[in-house]
Amino acid sequence: MTKAVLDVRNLAISLSDGAVRVPAVEGVDFTINRGEVFGLVGESGCGKSLCALALAGLLKAPMAVSGGQILLEGRDLAPLPPREMRRLRGDKVSMIFQEPMTALNPLMTVGDQIGEMFVLHRGLTPRAARLKAIEALEQVQVSSPERRINAYPHQLSGGMRQRVMIAIALACDPALLIADEPTTALDVTIQAEIVELVLELCRAKGTAVMMISHDLGLVARVCNRVAVMYAGQIVEQRSAEEIFTAPAHPYTRGLINALPRLGRRLERGQERLTEIGGVVPAIRDFPQGCRFAPRCTRATAECRAAPVAMTDLNEGGRVRCLHHV
Amino acid sequence: MIPAATPLLSVQGLKVHYAVRQGWRGKHFAVRAVDGVDLTLRAGECLGLVGESGCGKSSIAQALLGLVPATAGVIRLDGHEITGAAQVSAMALARSAQMVFQDPMSSLNPRQTIREILSAPLRLHGMTDRAEREARVAEMLGLVGMSPEVASRYPHEFSGGQRQRLCIARALILRPKLVICDEPVSALDVSIRAQIINLLLDLKDKLGLALLLISHDLGVVEHMSDRIAVMYLGRIVEEGGWREIFTAPSHPYTRALISAIPDPLHRDRVPARLGGEIPSPMAPPEGCAFNPRCPQALPQCQSGQVPDFTRLGADHQARCHLLKTGTSHA
Ligand SMILES: Nc1ncnc2c1ncn2[C@@H]1O[C@H](COP(=O)(O)OP(=O)(O)OP(=O)(O)O)[C@@H](O)[C@H]1O
Ligand SMILES: Nc1ncnc2c1ncn2[C@@H]1O[C@H](COP(=O)(O)OP(=O)(O)OP(=O)(O)O)[C@@H](O)[C@H]1O
Ligand code: SF4
Ligand code: SF4
Ligand SMILES: [Mg+2]
Ligand SMILES: [Mg+2]
Repeated sequence: MTKAVLDVRNLAISLSDGAVRVPAVEGVDFTINRGEVFGLVGESGCGKSLCALALAGLLKAPMAVSGGQILLEGRDLAPLPPREMRRLRGDKVSMIFQEPMTALNPLMTVGDQIGEMFVLHRGLTPRAARLKAIEALEQVQVSSPERRINAYPHQLSGGMRQRVMIAIALACDPALLIADEPTTALDVTIQAEIVELVLELCRAKGTAVMMISHDLGLVARVCNRVAVMYAGQIVEQRSAEEIFTAPAHPYTRGLINALPRLGRRLERGQERLTEIGGVVPAIRDFPQGCRFAPRCTRATAECRAAPVAMTDLNEGGRVRCLHHV
Repeated sequence: MIPAATPLLSVQGLKVHYAVRQGWRGKHFAVRAVDGVDLTLRAGECLGLVGESGCGKSSIAQALLGLVPATAGVIRLDGHEITGAAQVSAMALARSAQMVFQDPMSSLNPRQTIREILSAPLRLHGMTDRAEREARVAEMLGLVGMSPEVASRYPHEFSGGQRQRLCIARALILRPKLVICDEPVSALDVSIRAQIINLLLDLKDKLGLALLLISHDLGVVEHMSDRIAVMYLGRIVEEGGWREIFTAPSHPYTRALISAIPDPLHRDRVPARLGGEIPSPMAPPEGCAFNPRCPQALPQCQSGQVPDFTRLGADHQARCHLLKTGTSHA
């Protein structure tokens, strides 16, 4: 038996438009082991959230899984009906969303929303669930939890809402936690504390974590392995040490060059940041060959001719590029 | 003597308190979201406002735009007092200050074309001539690097970065002197973020725009700001030029903030972890609000008044007892 908590094989997600199926995500392969933190990064619209939603069984029409397997502790989630997935969600798989305001119910107090998890998955009475909810809020370091459980989401700051989301997600000790932009709304000291806290709680329980973020600094620090996505495909998958210091794919290099790096202004003054020219293709306009070719400075005719496959790198990891560095 | 140029924005003693109730029919509590803040911002300057989640940054922004009432204090914008009895109309305010929000999608009406979205504020402000409006819309689109043809399209046809450009165009269309950006790039990915940052800095240079930049991303704040104000629990605890804040941070909170910045090329950089519970603006700690988490807290930090500002340089000051002991005779 493998120790992988999650084994995603050749995952494909498509948009159905009448009789036509437009592939949005293709050929996504990765595994996450017990206690491991796996990072997923890439340009807006490249399909990260689609992958996350697929894992949590939350894809909505017109998007649906159109191929591959999602093995969670050996069981394939891809073909499970929504009813089954609802039972697993919050229990085996939990998700922390990008935008806490849309994920929280505006009409329910945060106490009731956290308590619901214990009622639903652990069969607790509402009274016992309320006590657990206070505990859960304490765990994510919300001050005066006995007062805060009566608050509605709009009465909390962005950061506070995110803590509530985290409390809900971790309430039932899931095997897999999917965190989609979990800390964008938080300041860096809290970000560090929250991420540290989430990871500590996860490490103690052996929870596998998939972390989606535009914050490459955060990803570098907390992840063991990282995958970079571009236009619906993984283009590079490496250890977190190597991917940022020695990126192989031209797109990964572009991402790192575009960062406002701390200390650079002191050295070189306020220079313009390096943009990656062009835009990500829409899912209907994915190029025939390498999908990054229209924006790539190393592109050749060969790159444009046919789809590019993932290849192994000598130093470990995989990359989807004919002329990688 | 030449009078010093009056700042574009001056905020004195600003307080924003919210009333919340515990349980239904419960007791009322005051959330002291902003509790005595002074700020100044000159034309053409970018002021970075940073600080812990929930410390009151967005509340300041909303008070500046008249979206929440100021509990106390005086706000002067472009020479006019906009608080209290002298409150000006939202209309007049809109000409001086505009806001760019974090989420570019939810702040654009999906059923309106870009032309409708951009020309609505013009019509509202009495620009009756259609050709004139058209010209201004085209000019603004050009300014944010988009072609005039996009005017007939709808928001969903644009990428996140393009939508944020459109929001910036809308914020600028009345030619305000101040633009408040509350997390303008945090929802955007790295390469689009670079575009928007470059764009905002270009506009600041070209139009002499003043920016109030609220962001958790200190890399962005360092890159863009001329001056920086650091907030903690409703008050400013340190302010100064960007260089001072990043090379000589003096308040223990600022130091923790800067040491916590993650950097992808320095994976081993482990942020200093602050212990202690995050305080609540409903029950701020006595003395220095940072004392329950401060690694250097002194006995006198735990009671009495909030420490006063200690001047550290021409344009650099911080509120901390540690600084006083060394320089009390300065
Ligand atoms: N319901 C839908 N109908 C049509 N297109 C969709 C739908 N949902 C997602 N898409 C498209 O699928 C692509 C992938 O979207 P996804 O939300 O996964 O991006 P992402 O990588 O999470 O981006 P971000 O970093 O901005 O969150 C995008 O081009 C998006 O426009
Ligand atoms: N309408 C409201 N009613 C009651 N409390 C509120 C309201 N709006 C904000 N607060 C509280 O005021 C405090 C400051 O909130 P604010 O949104 O200004 O913080 P912020 O610094 O912008 O935080 P973040 O970085 O998380 O966005 C928080 O404790 C918040 O819970
Ligand atoms: S395959 Fe060619 S076009 Fe694609 S990233 Fe590599 S060099 Fe660039
Ligand atoms: S006043 Fe005291 S508690 Fe506050 S920051 Fe300074 S040393 Fe720390
Ligand atoms: Mg997403
Ligand atoms: Mg805010």
